Formats: sequence, C-alpha cells, structure tokens
Amino acid sequence: MSCAGPGGGSNDVQWCFSQVKGAIDDDVAEADIISTVEFNQSGELLATGDKGGRVVIFQQEQESKNKPQCRGEYNVYSTFQSHEPEFDYLKSLEIEEKINKIRWLPQKNAAHFLLSTNDKTIKLWKISERDKRPEGYNLKEEDGRYVDPNTVTALRVPVFRPMDLMVEASPRRVFANAHTYHINSISVNSDCETYLSADDLRVNLWHLEITDRSFNIVDIKPANMEDLTEVITAAEFHPNQCNTFVYSSSKGTIRMCDMRAAALCDKHAKLFEEPEDPNNRSFFSEIISSISDVKFSHSGRYLMTRDYLSVKIWDLNMETRPVETYQVHEYLRSKLCSLYENDCIFDKFECCWNGNDSVVMTGSYNNFFRMFDRGYQQDVTLEASRENSKPRSVLKPRKVSTGGKRKKDEISVDSLDFNKKILHTAWHPLDNIIAVATTNNLYIFQEKLN
Amino acid sequence: MINTMECAVDAQSLISISLMKIHNSRTQRGGIKLHKNLLVSYVLRNARQVYIKEKYAEIYRMQQYEEVMTVCNEIQELNPLDLEAEDAEDEEQARAACCGEEVSVCGSPCHRGAVQPAAHCRTPGALSGCCLLEDVGKEPEPSYYRSCCMEAPPAPHCDQFPANSSAHCNKTTVLDLDTHVVTTVENGYLHQDCCCDALQCGQGAQSSAKKRKVEFGCCASDAEEAPDFTAARKRAKREDCSYSAPDYTDTSNISNLISIFGSGFSGLLSRQADLEQICSKQALASLGAWTRAIVAF
Repeated sequence: MSCAGPGGGSNDVQWCFSQVKGAIDDDVAEADIISTVEFNQSGELLATGDKGGRVVIFQQEQESKNKPQCRGEYNVYSTFQSHEPEFDYLKSLEIEEKINKIRWLPQKNAAHFLLSTNDKTIKLWKISERDKRPEGYNLKEEDGRYVDPNTVTALRVPVFRPMDLMVEASPRRVFANAHTYHINSISVNSDCETYLSADDLRVNLWHLEITDRSFNIVDIKPANMEDLTEVITAAEFHPNQCNTFVYSSSKGTIRMCDMRAAALCDKHAKLFEEPEDPNNRSFFSEIISSISDVKFSHSGRYLMTRDYLSVKIWDLNMETRPVETYQVHEYLRSKLCSLYENDCIFDKFECCWNGNDSVVMTGSYNNFFRMFDRGYQQDVTLEASRENSKPRSVLKPRKVSTGGKRKKDEISVDSLDFNKKILHTAWHPLDNIIAVATTNNLYIFQEKLN
Repeated sequence: MINTMECAVDAQSLISISLMKIHNSRTQRGGIKLHKNLLVSYVLRNARQVYIKEKYAEIYRMQQYEEVMTVCNEIQELNPLDLEAEDAEDEEQARAACCGEEVSVCGSPCHRGAVQPAAHCRTPGALSGCCLLEDVGKEPEPSYYRSCCMEAPPAPHCDQFPANSSAHCNKTTVLDLDTHVVTTVENGYLHQDCCCDALQCGQGAQSSAKKRKVEFGCCASDAEEAPDFTAARKRAKREDCSYSAPDYTDTSNISNLISIFGSGFSGLLSRQADLEQICSKQALASLGAWTRAIVAF
C-alpha cells in the first residue's frame, strides 16, 4: 500500500492506474451500475455483475516477455445475461434482476464455474472455451441445413478443426424458490460440494448437484413478525473448516455456527459483539452499527466486518471486542442526518483482504477508497477517477479536511460527491492488483513495479 | 450533496421523513426491503421518544404557566387590594392546586382535556414523560433536541417486556413530602408504541373522553398484556412492511399521527388503578405536595 508520507519502515507499495472498463458517459444507465466484483481463486479471471442482470468476465493476459514490468491486462472474456427480471404474481412483486453476488467455484477442470444470485434465485454457470469445431458431417451442411440422404454417395468421418476461440456460458443449475426474503450472500464451502445462501431471515445450505432441495440451517424469523428486531446482513463459510460459517446482523453482531452441533444452527457457537459507546448514541445509532459485509481472512484466523463508518477485525478466539478498528470516514458522523435524508446512510459497503491478510480495503464516497495496513498501522485514501487514468500513473494519496482550515490538495467534507460511491472492491488473491468499482466503471490498479 | 449547514435534527421532521421512506418503499421496484425498513423504524422510534419527551415537557411548562396566571387573575379579581395572610395562604393553596395536580400527559396537540380548570382532577394519562417529573422546575437541556445526539437511555428497569432487549423504560417514583405517600409509575416503554392500536385508541381519545381508560382493546395496563404491545409494535417490520394503519394514507398528515401516538402511549403505559388512586389522593391531599415533590429515580 502507498505510504502516507516519506516512508519510514513502511511497505513502499505504490499504486498505479492500469485500466478502466465501462462507458465514459456521465449519464449512467441504471442497468450498467456494477453490483458485485469478484476475482477467482487464481486471479486470472475477474467477474462483475450489474443491475441489469449481466455478468462480465475479464481474463488476465499471459505475462509477455516483452513487458516484464507490466502484469497482464484484463480483457473481456465472456459476457452473458445471468438473470432476467421476473414477476411474482402471487405477491404482485417484481423481482429485480440485479446480481447481488458472484462467487467462483474452485477450478477442477478446463471449465470455470461460478454462482451468481439475484434476490431470489441462484444459478450455477459453466464458462468453457471452445476452440475447435467438428466439420465434415454427412447429413448436415456446414451452415446446418440438412442434406437429402438420397444425394449422399460417400461417407466420411467428421473431424475437429480449429476455430476462433469462443467462450460459452451455460447455466448448469438453477436453485430457485428457497428464499422468501431477499438473498444477500452466497458462499461456497471448502468442501467444494456445498454452498450457503442467506436472506434477511434465513440461511440455507445447498448441494451443488441438487436443485430441488436445500436445508435450512439458520432461521431467525420470529413467530410474530412484529417482534422482529434484527435481520441477517451477510454470511460466509470458513475458508478451511467446512463445518463453520458466520453470519452478521443488522444489530452489529456476528454469530459463528458449527454445523456439526445441530441440524439447525440457530444457537450460535460464538457471538462477536462490541458494546455500544453510549457517548456516541444518536438517532441513527442502529443504522450505523448494522454490518454490511463480513469476510474471513484467507488464513481463517480473523474476521473482518464493515459497518457504516468503520472496519473491524475480529480474532476468532475473542468474542468481546474487535482486535482492530479502522475509521473509514469518521467525518461523516456529524452528517448522519443529511445522509439519512438522501438515503446514503443505507449504502452497503463491502470490504476485502489482500492475499496475505496484511492489508484490508474498503470503499467510501467521492470515489475514494481506503486501505489499512494492519502491520504498519498506516492507512491511505486513494481515488478512482478518470483524471488519474493515464497508464501507469501513480495514484496520489487523498485527504479529506475535517478541521476548519483546509490545506492545499485537501478536499472538504462538504465538497464530497455522495453520488460517487465505491461499494465494491476486490483484491487479487496472489498479487497486488485491485479492482475497484465506481458506479458504472471498473478500475484496475496495480502495484508499481520497478 | 450535503448542505453546508448541518441540518437541525428536529425529531418531528425525522418522524415525517421516516414515514415518507416507509411509504415510498411500498412502490419500490423489487419489493419492500425488510432490512431498510427495519432500520427506518429504529430511527422512527428514536425520534418519537425524543418528540414525546419534548412535547410533555412543553405541555407541562405551559400548564404550569397557565395555572399560575389563572390563579393570579382569580386572586386579583377577588380582592386585588387585600393581601392578608389568609389570602396569601389561599393563594398559595390555589396556586398549589394548579400545580399540584397530576399533569395530564395525554396532552399532545389534541389537548384532550389538557387544559382544565385548576380544581379538576386531570385525566390520569400515563406518566410516561419521566423527564417531565424529573425535571420539575427544570428546563430540558436545549442541546437535547438540537444535535444529533440523544441523551443516553436510562438504565432499563423494565421487566415487563422481556422480549424487548432494547427497552427504554423508566420507573418514576414520587415521594410526597407532605403526605409521605410514595407512588411509582412504570413507564413501560417508549418505543413499543402501537401504531394500529394507537389509531384505534386515537379514535376513542378524540371523542374527548376525560378519563383515558385503558379500554382501547389491547391497551390494557396489566403486565401480562404488555407483550401485546410489543407484538403490536412496528408494523413496518412486517414482511410486507405495510404501515397498516387503516386511516393512514396521507403522509402529510403527520401531526395527527403524532398526536395519536401520544394518546396511544398514555393509554399504554400506566396501571390505570394506580393512577386513579394517585389522582384522587392528589385531589384530597394537600395540594401543595407536587410543588415540593421529590422525584426519585
């Protein structure tokens, strides 16, 4: 990560602009709004989902010997329509086609598999390459027309001939009708056979091969809906323990469950909760303590949670409070009323770990995103914008001025553009390459290599 | 863009904004978002708590002032020139009579029976405004409703509503120094308001009944029935999140809704029998008691 100043003992990672994907228009079509970003396990593929129900997959070029200082660029590999808008006639409700989450399955063969979900339905997609096609059929012309068998005088064996690479995406499974409420998370188990899906009140466990059944493993729906006090906001499987998963709530708590203990995991094995600071009590305390994202570290030792103003790191062995807390944009605390009026207070920011769990990243407003180096206890604010989009230009750290006097190059809180928000970010699992989604553009930044 | 001036956090405007959000969520694409509506209902609850406290404080102050003025006027009419001791005593008693009666906290904008001649026993609305009693003779802090921060909720004493882990409930104990009568009023909750029930209550209340009997169906004051209020809380949290108040279609008619909440609370919060007792005791006992009452919390 970039050092905030002349670095004494810091990790001197500097970030450079690499690419930007998406339209340049300021007039953003709603369907083009990016709603999820995810690298696969090798980092070779980068998937995005949007509000229009489409999935776009980028593939990293092989590193060329000509340009050793550049890691491969990401180019469009496949685009497909994953979900369509639907109408629930019984409830007279439209079901949005927006892709809420994409999760890659670990690769087992030449094809790639991913799960994508909207509010109600999860689909398993197979993305495969085709670079050969059969030619020389006896009963079919090259264009597909059938040949009159009477005209066939000799037989030949069809052969595969090379063709232009074609990437096909086909839906292999559709997991539907298991969620009454809006799905907010999916997570693939380390056993590579099962996965979980979570909505506001329930978590279901699926087998990847079986679409007509799922097991409900968490149900927090009260007998009387008027007693409802919290909802599930995110859920994730432990990266190595196939029996363990966590789910976060709108009350700022995280529950860890062990599927070996009981079939229904309503009773948690661990409860991670930090007591509220009474000095910070306000009308909006409940809103800003709601957790919008939860992510295990790659090691499985830590949990990261994101609420409206902060990122917290929890040690799985300590439930009483987080081991680290990072303020993302504390200067917004005095603006909560306005943010409530314009609905920004409901924005759900995500967060992510870098490959070795030493740095965490999350988004903010004005197209700013923040990185927190856990080891060096440093943080930096960077901006994803077209102005900084010259190839390999180094990103300059940004600063928001909170005091009365605004220094040069600082931006005041009141000048922040709250329509430019970075909700989704992803970090390459092995390298210092990050993907940052603004409203309708995807920025890719890389570490500056000398 | 955020206004350069930090917006004044007025509880009433927050309530109307929140109700508008809930109303608009019905027509949003993709169906009602349970999570968002739940969070909005929390803001609504918080704002309502503040609003009611403010209202009660305001009404109490107004009533005190009016009573004093009424008595002074009466005294002047009787014998403006005669300032003998017994008159002074009468005056004091009369003044005490004004101040001494239990304040009707049902007041709210509807002013149902709120402004009564001094001698009547006021409708024993629930003493939900705990700050009302606490702050006898004390102005509520102005910063209280100007900033984004609410006062920290008092330590919950409430065991009536175990289902509610975040109950903000107050127990107010009043010691009358003259009669040495200790009365306790439990303020069950402030956030367990009952919109639908409140509306039903509201219908009855608006017929200007003086005594607010907790006869509004569910608004019984027994502890056992308290969970019904919990149950009736927050219609916005239902799956369909419909704010199902039957008459509530016009989101601009906020003041009526708030007044209904006010009446709904007062009906919900007290033990009717105790309050009637208080009322009669007050009427009979030395009426100067209230002005010297100590409120123990």
